[in-house]
Amino acid sequence: MTLVSLSSEQLIMPLIGGGVIGVAVSLLLLLIGRVFGVSGILGGALFPVKGDTDWRLAAILGFLAAGLVMAQLMPATMAAETPSEIWVYCLAGLLVGFGTQLGSGCTSGHGVCGISRLSPRSIIATLCFMSSGIATVALVRALGGIP
Amino acid sequence: MKVIVAAFISAFLFGVGLALAGMTLPGKVIGFLDLTGNWDPSLALVMVGAITVHAVSFRLIMKRPSPLFSPKFLVPTRRDIDAKLVVGSLIFGVGWGLGGFCPGPALVAFATGQPKVLYFVASMCAGVVFHRLYSKVITK
Repeated sequence: MTLVSLSSEQLIMPLIGGGVIGVAVSLLLLLIGRVFGVSGILGGALFPVKGDTDWRLAAILGFLAAGLVMAQLMPATMAAETPSEIWVYCLAGLLVGFGTQLGSGCTSGHGVCGISRLSPRSIIATLCFMSSGIATVALVRALGGIP
Repeated sequence: MKVIVAAFISAFLFGVGLALAGMTLPGKVIGFLDLTGNWDPSLALVMVGAITVHAVSFRLIMKRPSPLFSPKFLVPTRRDIDAKLVVGSLIFGVGWGLGGFCPGPALVAFATGQPKVLYFVASMCAGVVFHRLYSKVITK
């Protein structure tokens, strides 16, 4: 293993961004009493339950709006190209969609909200997706997929 | 209406945080998971920042009898570890490692209109639909 060299800005920005995320999930909990799990919000938006859909659609619009604004203000933060081909993104998307529904959460619901309240389910889930993510990148690297 | 505005503003702020943190750069996320290669540990600080804030605020907020704009808090209470949780999370991690996107950052990056992100988000929605079909078959 080698460590990439990081400037102080490259360390401070993730910490600030993380703090902003912490405030955002706290705001949703304080205002409407919901856990900010993005995969759960997406699942409920695609399969609407009466009376429980509007806030999910509003949250998805909020994400899209944030993307539009950040692409204008700080374009360097938005989806830089990676060497992977389209089919890799299609496979990845399918696995992320299916896996997060089966596992009842993703990086936000389990990783941030669940760990913050020390939920045993979320701690196990986070260990699982971190481990399989690391193993997957190691495999891709071993197969020559990472330059 | 208040609930809708609250959800929009919270998600907007969440999205800004994800972009500031670098979570919307799939190459950076893959670097974070690249322990056997060229490891970039900086995204661990996103979790540190978010959990530090929310671990404190969660306890303060839950002292209230109810949220401001809704009748009650809806926070998961299950504590059992089952196969679905483990297998689902493992599958999610494989997709995360392959694409470098988890659901939130993918929705934020959708606004760039880059074909890779559009394909990822469309496939992610298809994955959610597949899960719904799968769980219907399983429970029959």
